[in-house]
Amino acid sequence: MTPRIGVVTFPGSLDDRDALRAVELMGGRPVPIWHGDTDLGGADAVILPGGFAYGDYLRTGAIARFAPVMDAVRDHARRGGAVVGICNGFQILCEAGLLPGALARNRGLTFVCRWVHVRCERPGTALTAAAGAGDVTPVPVKHGEGRYVADRDTLARIEGDGGVVFRYCSPDGRTGETWNPNGSTNDIAGVCNEAGNVVGVMPHPEHAVDPDLGPTGGRPLFESLLASALARV
Amino acid sequence: MKQRFEVLVSLKEGLADPQGKAIEDALPSMGWTSVSEVRVGKHIELTVDADTEDGALRVANQVAERLLANPVIEDFRVISQAEIT
Amino acid sequence: MAEGAVGTRASEATALGLTEEEYHQVVETLGREPNRAELAMYAAMWSEHCSYKSSKVHLRRLPADGPHVLVGPGEDAGVVDLGDGIACVFKIESHSHPSAIEPYQGAATGVGGIVRDVLSMGARPIALLNSLRFGPLEEERNRWLMSGVVAGIGGYGNCIGVPTVGGEVKFAPAHGPNPTVTAMCVGLGSADGLIPARAAGLGNVLVLIGSRTGRDGIGGVSVLASRTLGEASAAARPSVQIADPFSEKLLIEACLEMAEAGLLVGLQDLGGAGLTCAVSESAARAGTGVEVELDQVPLREPAMEPFEILTSESQERMLAIVRPDDLPAVEASCRTWGLQATPVGRVTGDGTVRARSDGAAVAEVPARSLAEDGPQYDRPMSPPLWLDDLLADDPARAEPPVDPGQTLLRLLASPNVAGKRWVYEQYDSLVQGRTLAGPGGDAAVIRIEGTARAIALSTDGNGRYGHLDPYLGGGHAVAEAARNVACTGARPLAITNCLNFGNPERPEVMWAFHQTVDGMADACRALGTPVTGGNVSFYNESGDSAIYPTPIVGMLGLLDDERRRMGMAFQPGRMVYLLGETFPELGGSEYAEVVLGRVSGRPPGLDLDREAALVGLLIEAAGEGLLASAHDCSDGGLAVCLAESAMAGDCGFRVAPSQDLAPHLTLFGESASRAVVSVDPGRATALERLAAGRAVPFSRLGETGGSRIVVEDVLDLPLADARDVYESAIPNLMEIRRAAG
Repeated sequence: MTPRIGVVTFPGSLDDRDALRAVELMGGRPVPIWHGDTDLGGADAVILPGGFAYGDYLRTGAIARFAPVMDAVRDHARRGGAVVGICNGFQILCEAGLLPGALARNRGLTFVCRWVHVRCERPGTALTAAAGAGDVTPVPVKHGEGRYVADRDTLARIEGDGGVVFRYCSPDGRTGETWNPNGSTNDIAGVCNEAGNVVGVMPHPEHAVDPDLGPTGGRPLFESLLASALARV
Repeated sequence: MKQRFEVLVSLKEGLADPQGKAIEDALPSMGWTSVSEVRVGKHIELTVDADTEDGALRVANQVAERLLANPVIEDFRVISQAEIT
Repeated sequence: MAEGAVGTRASEATALGLTEEEYHQVVETLGREPNRAELAMYAAMWSEHCSYKSSKVHLRRLPADGPHVLVGPGEDAGVVDLGDGIACVFKIESHSHPSAIEPYQGAATGVGGIVRDVLSMGARPIALLNSLRFGPLEEERNRWLMSGVVAGIGGYGNCIGVPTVGGEVKFAPAHGPNPTVTAMCVGLGSADGLIPARAAGLGNVLVLIGSRTGRDGIGGVSVLASRTLGEASAAARPSVQIADPFSEKLLIEACLEMAEAGLLVGLQDLGGAGLTCAVSESAARAGTGVEVELDQVPLREPAMEPFEILTSESQERMLAIVRPDDLPAVEASCRTWGLQATPVGRVTGDGTVRARSDGAAVAEVPARSLAEDGPQYDRPMSPPLWLDDLLADDPARAEPPVDPGQTLLRLLASPNVAGKRWVYEQYDSLVQGRTLAGPGGDAAVIRIEGTARAIALSTDGNGRYGHLDPYLGGGHAVAEAARNVACTGARPLAITNCLNFGNPERPEVMWAFHQTVDGMADACRALGTPVTGGNVSFYNESGDSAIYPTPIVGMLGLLDDERRRMGMAFQPGRMVYLLGETFPELGGSEYAEVVLGRVSGRPPGLDLDREAALVGLLIEAAGEGLLASAHDCSDGGLAVCLAESAMAGDCGFRVAPSQDLAPHLTLFGESASRAVVSVDPGRATALERLAAGRAVPFSRLGETGGSRIVVEDVLDLPLADARDVYESAIPNLMEIRRAAG
C-alpha cells in the first residue's frame, strides 16, 4: 500500500508544496491538509512544513499551535502516529508542547540559507527508521530562528534518553562551531519525543530529494517517514 | 469597563540573547563604556473590557501566559495602566 | 466644487511639487481650479516617479517589440512567451530613496511592490533578484545601509516564499549618500490566463483587497522619489512604510486562486500614488471611468481626509475589477485566506475618475489626464565639462604591477569582486523547489515544472563605465547580462531595465540618460532582446553628489533543455579556452580603481556583432553538450574569471595566455565579449570548429587540475589563498563594527 502523508498548510506556510512534491517523488501519496480542518484527511503520517505561519510576528509558531487542525495532530501523535515538523513546523511543535525546548534567534542574528551536514544520533524515529547511528547526510537549512535552546534539566534529559535525533556536523561527521549554522545548543539540529514518533528538524529534507536540484540527503529521512507511516497502514 | 495593560516579555535569565549582546557590543565604539547587561524583550499593549478590574487583569494574564510569552524561554510581566473611559 | 482662494491653491500646488506651468495645465484640463483632493491626485500622478515626464521622450527609443513579447511597456510588468502557453512575467524596479532613509523597511517594501506588479498580471511570483549599490563598506553608514537592505530583502522575500536567486552588489563612493536598491521579480503563468490591469465592463465592481488604508507615505512618490534627499532625511521618516510580508503571502494565494477561477476581470496593485494611480491607470487603459466611494475604504486611522485616502501608499493592497455576480465568490476566497475584500466603487462609461465621500463628489477628473496626459519634458542636455580630462587619463599607461599574484589577490578581495555569500546566505534561494542554479554564478537557472525548459536570470550594470561613457555603460549592461545568461546555455529573450540617475533638471544628468538609453537601445537591437518594461529613478543625488549613471538590466533567457545547462565550475582534466579577444583596455576597470586608485580612461569598446556571435556560440556549444563550464569574463578581467571558475569547482589550473600584450593587460583588462570555457579534451576540436564557424576568436589557454592557480611565468598561488581572501573580504569588512567594540 502507498502510505498517505499529510502536509498542513497554515496561513504563511511556504514549503508546503515542496513537502507535498517530495512525498510524491519518494513514492508516498501526498494529502494536503488545511489549518482549519479538524481531521487529518486519513493521513498515516503528518508533516508540519516550513514557512512563517501567521507571519511569525509574535514568535515563531506561537499562533499556529492554536489552529483547529492541531488537536487532530495532537491526537495522532498521542496514538503513536508519525508527526514531523520541519523548520517552522519544528517551532510549532515546540510551542505546542509536543517537543521539548524552543527555537531562538540565530547566534549571528541573520537568516541563514546554507547546505549543512547532519549526523543521525538516534535511529528508529519517524525520520530515522531507515538510518544508522552516525550516518551523515547533506541537507539545507534556511531560517532566522533555529538555535535550539532548553533549560538544563530538559537538555540533560533529552541528551540522556535519546531525545536528540540530529546534530550539525562536518561532512565527515565531526561536530564543532564551524559546522553549526545558528549556535544551536549542543549542535542540536533535530529532537524527538520519548517514543520517537514526533520529530522536529530545522534542516529541510524536502529540499534534498530531487537530484536535479542538488544533493539528495533528504531521501533517507523521507524513506524513514514513509516506512513509519506504512507501519500504521 | 475597559482597561489598558502593558505586557513586558523578556528572555529568561541566563538564556543567550544575541540581540542584547549585539547592542552591548556596539556601545563602547559609540563612546558608552559604562553600559552592560543589555537584554532585549517585547512590549505589548492591549485593552481588556471586563466587569471588574481584577477580571480584566486576569484576562490580560491569561493572554500573556498562553500566547504572548513562551514559558520555555520567556518571562512576562503584566502592568495595569489607567482605566479608559 | 472649487473651494478656497485661488492663490492659496496655486501655492499649495508648488508645495506638493507641481510647477506653476503644471498647475496651469491642471486648471486648463479641468476648466476650473482643482480642489484639494484633485490637486493631491495630480501632484502624485504627475510626479516624476509616476509620470516619467523627463524620461518618456527618451524611452520611446528603446526597442519594445519582439517575436516573444506578449506584453510590452505600459502594463504593470512585461510578459514574454516561453512556448507551450507558458508566459513569463518580469519587471525590475528601484526603491532607493526609501531605502536611504530606512534601509530595512525601504528594501522590504520595494520587494513587496515588485512582487505585486507581477502578481497583478495573474502570474505566480517564482523568483527575485536584487541589484544593489552602496558606498564603501569602510564607512559605518554604508555598513548600516547594506545590513538593513539585505535583511529587509530577506525579511520580505523569505517570508512570502519567493526565492531570491540572484543579483549583484557593488560599491562606489558615488553611492554613499544615495544607495541604489533595485528588485526584480519573475513570475510564471499561462499565456491565456493573463489578467490585464484594466477597469473594463460597465457596472463592474472595484474591490479593494488586503490591508487597510492608513496615512502611509502620503505624498510619498513626490516626497521621496521625485526630489533629492537633503538634510531633512530623518524628518522624512514618518512617510516610511512598514512592510507586512504575511499579508502579501495571503494576497498572492488569494489573487491566484481567484484568477484561476476566472473571477477577475482586471487586477492592479496599489503602489506609488495609491488608489489614485490604480483607478486612473486601469480606467485610462480600458477607456472607461470609475466611481469610488471613499467612505467604503477600510481605514486604519480615524478621520482621514479624502485626499489622504486617495493618495495613501499603504502597502499590501490590490484592486480587483469584478463582475457583480462574482462578488460573493471573490469575498469568499478572500475570507478563506483571512483577507479583507471591500467593494469600493464601480466602472462607469464616462472616462472620469469620480470620488465620493459623505454623499458628495470630492473629486472629478478625466482618468486619462491623470494617467496618460501628464506633462512631458525634453530637458536640456550637455556632456559634463570634466569628462574629456577623465577619458584622456588612460590607466594602461601606468606602470605595470610588480607582483601580479598579489594584484590578483587584491582584486579578489575588492568588495566589487569578492564573494557575496554574506549577502545571499540571508536569502531563501530554495523555496518553491525550482532553483537549478542559485546565487553566486553568472545567472540563476529556474526550471519550469512539467517541461524540459528552464529560464536563466541575471542582473547587470557597471557604474564606472556609465560614469566614463554612459553610451557604453548602457550597452555593456545589456551585453554583459546577455553573456551571463548565455554562459548557462540559455538564449537571451528580453530585458527589463531600471535606470537610476541624478537630477534630470541638470543638463549633464539628462545627457547621460540620453546616452545610456541609446547605448541600451543599440545593444538590445543587436542582441534581439527587446525591453518589456522597467522603471526610471531620478533625483539620486544629495548636495553636489550624484550617483553614477546606473542602468540596471534584468535579463531573461530560455534554456530549451535544462539538462544542458552549464555552470562556471572547473573540473580536473579539462582544457581551458578564452573565447573572444583581449585588447589593451584598462579604462574604467576594477584594476584601475583598486590598484591605481582611479576611475578614468575610456571603458572597453563594445562591438555588438562580436557580442552577438559569442552569445550565439555559447548557446550552440551548450546545446551540443560541448562545454564543461563557461564563465563571463568581465569585472577584474581574465585572472579573476579563471580564479572564480577554479574556486567554484575547487580545482586549480595552469594557463599560458598569449604574450601579445603586457601580462597585466592580458590578466586584468576588461575587454568585452569574452568568456572562459573549459572542455573535455576530446571535444576541443569540435569547439574550435564551432568558434571558427561563427567567427569568434579563441585561444587555448591551458588546462584545469591541481590545487594551484598558475599563469606561467607570471603568477603561481595556492587556490586556498585565493579562496581565503575572496570569501573573507566582505565578512571582515562587516565585522569592523564589532571588532571596534
